[in-house]
Amino acid sequence: MYRSHVLVCGGTGCTSSGSQKILEALKEELAKNGLTDEVAVVQTGCHGLCALGPIMIVYPDASFYSMVKVEDIPEIVSEHLLKGRVVTRLLYKETVTPAGVKALIDTDFYKKQHRIALRNCGIINPENIEEYIGTGGYQALGKVLTEMTPDDVIQVLLDSGLRGRGGGGFPTGLKWKLAKQNDADQKYVCCNADEGDPGAFMDRSILEGDPHAVLEAMAIAGYAIGASQGYIYVRAEYPIAVERLKIAINQAREMELLGDDIFGTGFHFDIDLRLGAGAFVCGEETALMTSIEGNRGEPRPRPPFPAQKGLFGKPTILNNVETYANIPQIILNGPEWFASMGTEKSKGTKVFALGGKIHNTGLVEIPMGTTLREVIEEIGGGIPNGKKFKAAQTGGPSGGCIPAEHFDIPIDYDNLISIGSMMGSGGLIVMDETDCMVDIAKFFLEFTVEESCGKCTPCRVGTKRMLEILTKITKGQATMEDLDRLEELCYYIKENSACGLGQTAPNPVLSTLRYFRDEYEAHIKEKRCPAGVCKALLSYHIDPDKCKGCTLCARNCPNNAISGTVRNPHVIDQDKCIKCGACIEKCKFGAIYKQ
Amino acid sequence: MKSLEELRAIREKMQGQVSMRAEDHTHTRVVVGMATCGIASGARPVLNTLSRLVQEKGLTDHVAVTQTGCIGLCQYEPIVEVMEPGKPKVTYIKMNPDKAAEIVERHLIGGHVVENYTLSSADIN
Repeated sequence: MYRSHVLVCGGTGCTSSGSQKILEALKEELAKNGLTDEVAVVQTGCHGLCALGPIMIVYPDASFYSMVKVEDIPEIVSEHLLKGRVVTRLLYKETVTPAGVKALIDTDFYKKQHRIALRNCGIINPENIEEYIGTGGYQALGKVLTEMTPDDVIQVLLDSGLRGRGGGGFPTGLKWKLAKQNDADQKYVCCNADEGDPGAFMDRSILEGDPHAVLEAMAIAGYAIGASQGYIYVRAEYPIAVERLKIAINQAREMELLGDDIFGTGFHFDIDLRLGAGAFVCGEETALMTSIEGNRGEPRPRPPFPAQKGLFGKPTILNNVETYANIPQIILNGPEWFASMGTEKSKGTKVFALGGKIHNTGLVEIPMGTTLREVIEEIGGGIPNGKKFKAAQTGGPSGGCIPAEHFDIPIDYDNLISIGSMMGSGGLIVMDETDCMVDIAKFFLEFTVEESCGKCTPCRVGTKRMLEILTKITKGQATMEDLDRLEELCYYIKENSACGLGQTAPNPVLSTLRYFRDEYEAHIKEKRCPAGVCKALLSYHIDPDKCKGCTLCARNCPNNAISGTVRNPHVIDQDKCIKCGACIEKCKFGAIYKQ
Repeated sequence: MKSLEELRAIREKMQGQVSMRAEDHTHTRVVVGMATCGIASGARPVLNTLSRLVQEKGLTDHVAVTQTGCIGLCQYEPIVEVMEPGKPKVTYIKMNPDKAAEIVERHLIGGHVVENYTLSSADIN
C-alpha cells in the first residue's frame, strides 16, 4: 500500500514533451531515497492541459507540477515526497496564490469544466483494468446484463438525450433502437476512432486515458441491439492509443469481461481492432465499414442505412469514441442526471480540443450551452500577445468560422448550425487579427481536395475548382465574377455530393464569406490582404527616416534583396524580395513594415 | 469473472487506492511533520501506518494523509495534525505507529479526539 501516488501524464502531448524520461528519472530517484514501497508511480492518460506538459500530479495533496524537467526530479523527490515540502516554484503557476496553493479544480482552466467522458483521463492508469474497476468500471455492464432488458437500455439512452459526439448529433438511443428492430443472424457494433479533423484530438485522449470505458459501452451496445461482435476502427497514426486498446482488450478478455458468458448471463461479446490508414473519408460511416470489410474506403449511398444493412450487409451501429465514453455513466447515474446538464436539445457535456491562438491549448470538457466567450477567455486563458480575437473555427473542414459578434452564443448542436458552423468532433481553433480568413478557407479546401476519395464528381472536381478560385483570390488575380462563381459552386457541391465529406466541404468558404466578405473583396478589388498573410499581395519596405543603416537586415536577407551602405538608409529590391519576413524580425529600430 | 460479486471485490480492493486521487474541499487532512527533526524521531513509520490504515479502513474518500515540513516544535516530534473541515486543528505529539493506529480508530473513525496525546495536554513551559 502506498501513502502517495505520483501521476505522470503519458498522453501523446506530454509524451512528445518528454514525460517518459520524467517517469524513468522519478523511479530512479525514488529508489535512491528508499521510497519505492511508499510512493506509487502511475502513468496516466491526458490531463487536458497539454500546453504545459510534461505534467505530474502528486496525491493525496494534489500538487500539480507543470513543464517538469528531468533536473527538477531530485528536488521534488527529496523535498516534496520525502519531507513534505511542496516545491511551489515548480507548480502550475495558476495554482499558486499569495494565500497558498489552491486546488487544481479551482483554477480558471478546470473550474468551469465538467468531466464525464474525460472523467478518468489523467486519474487512472489506463493499462491497469483494476484501476478502472476501482472507479466504478464495468459496473454499468453488470447492471445492464443482470437488471435491464435491451429495451430498458435503449429507453435510458433515449431519455438521456445523448446525441452523437462525432459531429452529426444524431440521437444515440434512436440509432440503437433502429438497429435492434432489424432482425438478423448477426449484427455488429462499431466504434469510430478515425478522428481526422485537423486540430481535434479528444478521441485519441479518451482511448489513451480510459480505453475500458469505450469497451464497456460497446459491450452494452452489443447487448442492447443483439450483437456479439464489435470493431474499433482506429487510425494507425495513434500508436499509443492502439497499444493501450490492445492491452485493454486483452485484460478484459482475461477477466472474462469480454468473450463468452459474461457475468454468467450467457451474453457473448468480443471486440477486435481495425487500423485505418489515415484517409479522412474513412471517418464517414459507410466508407469506414467498407474499409473494415477490407475494401477501398469509399462511401456508398444511403439508404440503406447501417442500422438496416451495415458492415458485411448486417445491421450495424456506429458510434464515436466520445459518445461511448458517456454511456456507462448514463447507465449508472440515470438519464435524468445526464439530461439535467446542457441545453434544451443538446444534453450533457462536450469535449473540445482548443488550439490556435490561445493560451491554454489542450482538452476541455464543458456542459453544452457554455458560451464561446467562457471557453476562450476564461478556460482558454484568452489570446496571447495582446492580439484581438477574430474568429473561432469549429467542426474542422466540415465546419465554419464563428466571428466575434457571436461570442456569447451558447454552444450546442443547433446553435452552431444556425450560425453556419457545426459542432463537428470538437476541434476549436482560435484565430486572431493576424489570420487571413481567405487563407484559412484555402487551407481547409487544400485539405478536402487532398482527402476527397474521388468517387463522386461534385466533390472530386468541384472542390478542386473551388481551391483554384481561392488561390486566385489570394494572389490578387481574381475578379468579382470569380467570387460569384465560387459561391454558386459551394451550393452545387453541397447539394450533389455523395457523402458528408463533399456535402460539408464548402462550409469553410460559405461561413467566411458570410462573416468576412469584406476580406474577400479587399483581396479582389484592392489587391490587399488586410491581415497581412497572403504573400502575393504583400510588399516589404524600409522607412528611410527610421533606418539607421546598421546592415543587419541586409546581412540576414536570404536572397540578397536588401542593399545599402553603413549608416545610410537601406532599400528592398521588390523583384528580388521573397517576402520571408526575416528582415522585420531582425530590425531593432522598427524601420521595416509590410503593406 | 463470472459474477458481480467478483467485480465488487476488485472494486473495493482498488477503491481505497484510486479515491486518493480525488480533489475535494471536504477532506479531512492528516498531516505528518516530515522535516529532518520529524524523520529523525521516527515520523516515517508513523506516516506509513496512518496511510496504510486509512486505505485499509476505506477512509480515503474523505481523509487525505500528507506530510509537511518542520512545524517548529522539534522536541515534540513526530507530530501529527488532524484538520477536519469546520473544526479546530488537533495537534498530536510524540507519535509512534501504535499511537497512530489508535488515532485512526478513535479519532478518524470514532470522531473523538484522543486528548492525552494532544499538544494541549502536554506540559509546555
